[in-house]
Amino acid sequence: MFDIDKWQEIFNTISKNKMRTLLTGFSVAWGIFMLVVLLGSGYGLENGVKKEFEGDALNYISVNSGVTSKAYKGMKPGRLISFSNDDYDMLNDIENVDHTSTRTRIVQNNLISYKAEYGNFDIFAVLPDYRYIESLEITNGRALNQKDIEDYRKVVILGRLVYESLFKDGENAVDKYIKVSGVPFKVVGVFNDPGSDRDLLRVYIPISTAQRVFNMGDFIRSIHFNMDGGSVEESKELIENVTAQLSTKHKFDPEDPRAIFVFNSIENYKQFMDLFAGIRFFIWIIGAGTIISGIVGVSNIMMIVVKERTKEIGIRKALGATPMSIISLILQESILITAVAGYIGLVLGVGLLELVSSSLPAIDYFANPEIDINIALIATGLLVVAGAIAGYVPAQRAASVKPVIALKDE
Amino acid sequence: MISLKSINKTYYTGSTSLHVLKGIDLNIRQGELVSIMGSSGSGKSTLLNIIGMLDNYDSGEFMLNGQTMNNLNEKKAAYYRNKFIGFVFQSFNLISFKNAMENVALPLYYQKVSRKKRNLLAMEYLDKMGLADWAHHLPNELSGGQKQRLAIARALISKPKIILADEPTGALDSTTSIEVMKLFKEIHELGITILIVTHEREIAAETERIIKLKDGVIDTIVENGQRKEWLAAQSMA
Repeated sequence: MFDIDKWQEIFNTISKNKMRTLLTGFSVAWGIFMLVVLLGSGYGLENGVKKEFEGDALNYISVNSGVTSKAYKGMKPGRLISFSNDDYDMLNDIENVDHTSTRTRIVQNNLISYKAEYGNFDIFAVLPDYRYIESLEITNGRALNQKDIEDYRKVVILGRLVYESLFKDGENAVDKYIKVSGVPFKVVGVFNDPGSDRDLLRVYIPISTAQRVFNMGDFIRSIHFNMDGGSVEESKELIENVTAQLSTKHKFDPEDPRAIFVFNSIENYKQFMDLFAGIRFFIWIIGAGTIISGIVGVSNIMMIVVKERTKEIGIRKALGATPMSIISLILQESILITAVAGYIGLVLGVGLLELVSSSLPAIDYFANPEIDINIALIATGLLVVAGAIAGYVPAQRAASVKPVIALKDE
Repeated sequence: MISLKSINKTYYTGSTSLHVLKGIDLNIRQGELVSIMGSSGSGKSTLLNIIGMLDNYDSGEFMLNGQTMNNLNEKKAAYYRNKFIGFVFQSFNLISFKNAMENVALPLYYQKVSRKKRNLLAMEYLDKMGLADWAHHLPNELSGGQKQRLAIARALISKPKIILADEPTGALDSTTSIEVMKLFKEIHELGITILIVTHEREIAAETERIIKLKDGVIDTIVENGQRKEWLAAQSMA
């Protein structure tokens, strides 16, 4: 039931007691504001780290060659381990692997030019399956294929940013010839990569072509394995298997940490996920703490407010106020203040997140801070209810004591 | 109008108890102007609070306007207070954050009178008290006499049958006290029953009947005709 006169009385009381209203309101608004900002930042951190990972498939393992650091079978440490096509052939049909590719960075000269435009970009010689390891997305033309490898074709696919810096005004790059380290290559495709921009400042060429054109013999730099849905245990098993085979072939100690370098994104991702779970848990604990301190704050203020109003309650009762009317006056006032203040805190918090989200330059590991609006609303509701309960108990007590006692209160 | 039969009241504070009223029998007729006197601790304020249903009593019978007030719950008590009784206190008991007009209008809020109507009525009563110019002032901007006249206006606005005044002149100087007593007499002329608790003989002497309490019992009742003799006897002693 909406009683205009009662609300007028409430608004009258609120407007005549600005300090009290402000204090109650501030503690509620602050609690909600902090919660929103906190949870939002937590999500921002999570989104940011997830975005860093988006670039690559989250299920690959790479093996790079290194230099031995341990003596093995009569050989001194310091021996250079170098991979070749044979290593790839040996490891190609290893179990449990979905895609395998080699990757070799062309290091002689990484100048790429088209007509008058040129720039230095990373040049990687790969096998067709490499696109699955980087989760490349072909936006124009085609990906590298087996035929390119077999026929030693001088073809290249460009990262979006490479394309944009070489081809102006949206010119179609497919079938155009560009110079890669001075050698003409035909552009067959352009790719995008949802990850970081670094991955888009690259071009990929077939490994067979690169070995022939750049005089690399059958050298390859690293071997990459892609394991769809692989568990951490499976990935570790694979690494053990690969290490065993390579150590036998290249005669190095399988325990040597420097002979080959292994990067396991599966394990790495799992670690990050665990870290997230930890961060999320931590944020929730802080969030819960913020809410609890908000509840305690509101409760305290409500109790003080009722205490402060004891004499007023006594006067109202002497003038004919029923206990019910006293309780509802105090409760409706407290609910009104906490709800409005909670809403203000919510709006300010969400506003700040939006502002940060839209004006923040791209920072690694932080993106799109956001908050589940339901959580924020529930938290606000919780504070309002807590304030109401905290006000109800003393209000009920004050309303039921004999007016003479309330009147004596100073 | 008011009928009390062997009213008893004891206050308990911790392990000690204080028997304040020890069987009060009292009848007050409609339209009477009565004062209750007694030294502090004699129970005169307690008696007034019981009549005003601001406090409860332990035993006895209390009839107001022919209805029993025994075992009243707070809701009923609020109803009777609002309908029958107007209070005037020594410390005024005005709501500090409400202006004069709003203070006077408050009893009507609890009678569900519309805001417009009750503010209009409040202005009327303020005018009668000569406070119309002060309608929008807060209580702490008023003098003691003004505050008490404000409180009297508030007590009158609900057209009560009884006005209960607890030391209404206790916080006022003698000139203002005389003014306030004049006001009470005017109200009395309207036919409203008035009960004044006071320890000032000059104030009591203005009433029709003086009830003197001593240690929780009625010591003497001074009727209208005997007041002069009583006053003379008091000043002799």
